[in-house]
Amino acid sequence: MTSPVSPEIGSMDGAAALPRSNGELVFEAPWEGRAFGLAVALNEQGMYQWREFQQLLVERIAEAEQADPSSTYYERWLAALERLLLERGVVTPDDLDQRTEEYRTGQRSDDWVPHDHDDHDHDHHHDGEHSN
Amino acid sequence: MSQPHPNGHHPEPESYPALRARALESLLVEKGLVASDVIDAVVSTYESDIGPMNGAKVVARAWTEPEFRQQLLEDGTEAIAGMGFVGRQGAEIVVLENTPQVHNVVVCTLCSCYPWPVLGLPPTWYKSAAYRSRVVIEPRTVLREFGLDLAPSVEVRVWDSTAEVRYMVLPERPAGTEHLSEEELASLITRDCMIGVSQPLSPAAVSGVGR
Repeated sequence: MTSPVSPEIGSMDGAAALPRSNGELVFEAPWEGRAFGLAVALNEQGMYQWREFQQLLVERIAEAEQADPSSTYYERWLAALERLLLERGVVTPDDLDQRTEEYRTGQRSDDWVPHDHDDHDHDHHHDGEHSN
Repeated sequence: MSQPHPNGHHPEPESYPALRARALESLLVEKGLVASDVIDAVVSTYESDIGPMNGAKVVARAWTEPEFRQQLLEDGTEAIAGMGFVGRQGAEIVVLENTPQVHNVVVCTLCSCYPWPVLGLPPTWYKSAAYRSRVVIEPRTVLREFGLDLAPSVEVRVWDSTAEVRYMVLPERPAGTEHLSEEELASLITRDCMIGVSQPLSPAAVSGVGR
């Protein structure tokens, strides 16, 4: 029952172009696939027009290239999605911070965590990443 | 690592963006704005449906259905749209038929125009200045560098894509594939052979096909 691939999403070019290998999408870690799927699903359900998200993504990429050049495409993608949902009041910053903290400390867990939980590189420097 | 998880589910600490993505999804699911299985379906659709596989399906069908082949060569955009692969508005797709006498190869000399609905995004070499300039001047040499050695009797036609017209090559069906299904045929068709820099794989090169 899912929609087919949207040309608008698949054809994004320039800095916003989806990372691919041999034409196919590449996710470096399972969460990247979730973040991708979440943004597309919300668009399909009519929460926003794709170009609204794309605009924020392009802005976020431009900012990150200056301020945080080591950040990855999907980190910027996720930041753009957060911004859109916060701006719309769909989620609040407090809720999001609190939920993130619950996952970080293990107070909350759920079962979508992929089974092949490889040790992805943790070399990005974000506040709150270091738990010990 | 110092914080044991209550259910022992995650042996390694997750990165900050991974946690953040989970938090966001969990909040939205809780609010009833999205379901996790919808996200699964989106990811799998995009992982498998974009990219050269669409083009391979088009070619395999043209190899097995003469009527579709005819349609595809007459109006590529329409025939391809009929299979559900729809392009950006305004970009027409023209399909070029390889024959024993003529070999087609596609380039975009100005930038990197490419029939993305059927082929995904272009490979890096397609966008390189070297390919864009050389394939026009010395196509046979460039093709040889890709491992494609054409007989001198074969005419090489180079097609320059534009924003309005994108080209895709319909390669010749390899010999010895009469018994293969459409799906098996599709597995022989690579991105490169639809750009025209190689031939389809031989059935022997693809393990499991036709056995």
